[in-house]
Amino acid sequence: MIGAAKSGHPGGSLSAVELVVELFFDYMKIDPKNPTWADRDRFILSKGHAAPVLYSAMAEAGYPDTPKDQLNTLRKLGSVYQGHPDVRYIHSLEASTGSLGGGVSLAIGMGLAARLNGSPSRTYVMLGDGEIQEGQIWEGAMAAAFHKMDNIVAITDYNGIQLDGWVKDIMEVAPLADKWRAFGWHTIEIDGHDLTAVKKAYQEAEATKGKPTAIVAHTVKGKGVSFMENNPKFHGTAPTPAEVDMALQELR
Amino acid sequence: MPARTKFEVKLGAATREAFGRTLVELGRENKDIVVCDADLSKSTMTTYFAKEFPDRFISLGIAEADMVGVGAGLAYAGKIPFVASFSAFVINKGFEQLRVAVAYPNLNVKVVGTHSGISIGEDGPSQMSVEETSLACSLPGFIVISPADENSCKALIREATAHVGPVFVRTGRPKCPIIYGADQKFEIGKAIQVADGKDVTVIANGLLVAQAMLAADILDAEGISVRVVDMHTVKPLDRDAIRKAASETGAIVVAEEHLVNAGLGVRVAQVVAETVPVPMEFVGIQDTYAESGQPEELLEKYGLVAKDVAGAIRKVVARKR
Repeated sequence: MIGAAKSGHPGGSLSAVELVVELFFDYMKIDPKNPTWADRDRFILSKGHAAPVLYSAMAEAGYPDTPKDQLNTLRKLGSVYQGHPDVRYIHSLEASTGSLGGGVSLAIGMGLAARLNGSPSRTYVMLGDGEIQEGQIWEGAMAAAFHKMDNIVAITDYNGIQLDGWVKDIMEVAPLADKWRAFGWHTIEIDGHDLTAVKKAYQEAEATKGKPTAIVAHTVKGKGVSFMENNPKFHGTAPTPAEVDMALQELR
Repeated sequence: MPARTKFEVKLGAATREAFGRTLVELGRENKDIVVCDADLSKSTMTTYFAKEFPDRFISLGIAEADMVGVGAGLAYAGKIPFVASFSAFVINKGFEQLRVAVAYPNLNVKVVGTHSGISIGEDGPSQMSVEETSLACSLPGFIVISPADENSCKALIREATAHVGPVFVRTGRPKCPIIYGADQKFEIGKAIQVADGKDVTVIANGLLVAQAMLAADILDAEGISVRVVDMHTVKPLDRDAIRKAASETGAIVVAEEHLVNAGLGVRVAQVVAETVPVPMEFVGIQDTYAESGQPEELLEKYGLVAKDVAGAIRKVVARKR
């Protein structure tokens, strides 16, 4: 997909695979055939550059406007698979994202609407570890705890790498779990590639009342492709055709 | 021709007060209306709504970016959120969110800026909004409205609510001279001619509509007949009213409480250039930030009162000949 597009963000898509797969194919109450169902759970990809992982999941899940046979049109003129998620092209998406920092605020709004409607709908928002350097995330973190938003879950894909290099060298975000706790969130730290741990974390979040839950998921950027793993180069660079072949071999 | 009725300044409520009162009525009529606040409800007058509908009033603290984002989330889920603060804060601090979270997905968020322009007075330039019309108009899909008085604000807040899509309404702090009766009908994008005249048209909005009316009376005594048009909707502009003014009166003055090089005036000039080019003059805030002072003193010092509009009228009429 990203190879065909010749641009995109493979590393941060691969690090989030298990976290997204568990939501779309097991945990979230969704009906892909009825994407406007009022009580559905919602997923916001605040780190919008990981669009390929979301598009792949939605195409596999069978949403009406995410055709599988067009995944390779990613980033091409006229494609529904825009560079970053865009609700104008895919109505089944819960939000347009791409400019980092906005997702927690959106989740609060959706969570408040669910609360006002008496709906059981839960909202999941996925953040990048570089993204949380944005101040708006922490405005939202404060507000979500203040409003006791126990129907929202913020997942940080803690892969340690951002565009320019290692997070710790650009702007350290550690100690991350402590930060979420200090802001009043129930906080769970897991290995984000362990599907059992991921599911358990979503269950624990749902069982937690009176406060929002933050899942700090330790992940590996470029997971599953040896030459991409922990390699800042593959934050925002597409693999060459030869690299695509090698990567697909490894992932099989 | 019968003698003109002179315009008399009678103060009505501030537009922010009209907004706050109307919001309560709307809240009673529609349970989907939700209000987001950033610690200024007692100034933006959303406090009335907060008292009656505490569950639908969301306090977000002094965090405008989050407030606009939360509004977007509410709109995604089908609510009709009003996000309100001083214009200077909601537009400037919330601009990224207004762009990416609201305008880009074209969400049904109502943004209300209060304390617009320099007529906020004593607080000074950090709290004064002189760029908001320009910024709001730059956002694709946004409707931008600047009511002139209490009754027009009430009606236009209702129109903004009925419209599906993003809207910015610009309101002010001081009490405003009454222009309209309570039964006047308003439509988004449809300007209202508040005084007829044949020699020149003043297109104004906000506080400058009353100043234009006063200027028309000054010029009437000099034998110049002035039409005054309230362009309450800055985007989309009423192109027909502008074309009509240009072709029927042959000269146009635009007057606004905003940076003169970035607001209503330049937008009207674009339409004039595209339709019936005629001489134009502009009344507004020059390329500067103002200072502390009483609203009336500031409006006078920064060239936004009737004599300034009258001066521009004389100039543009002279260019006609």
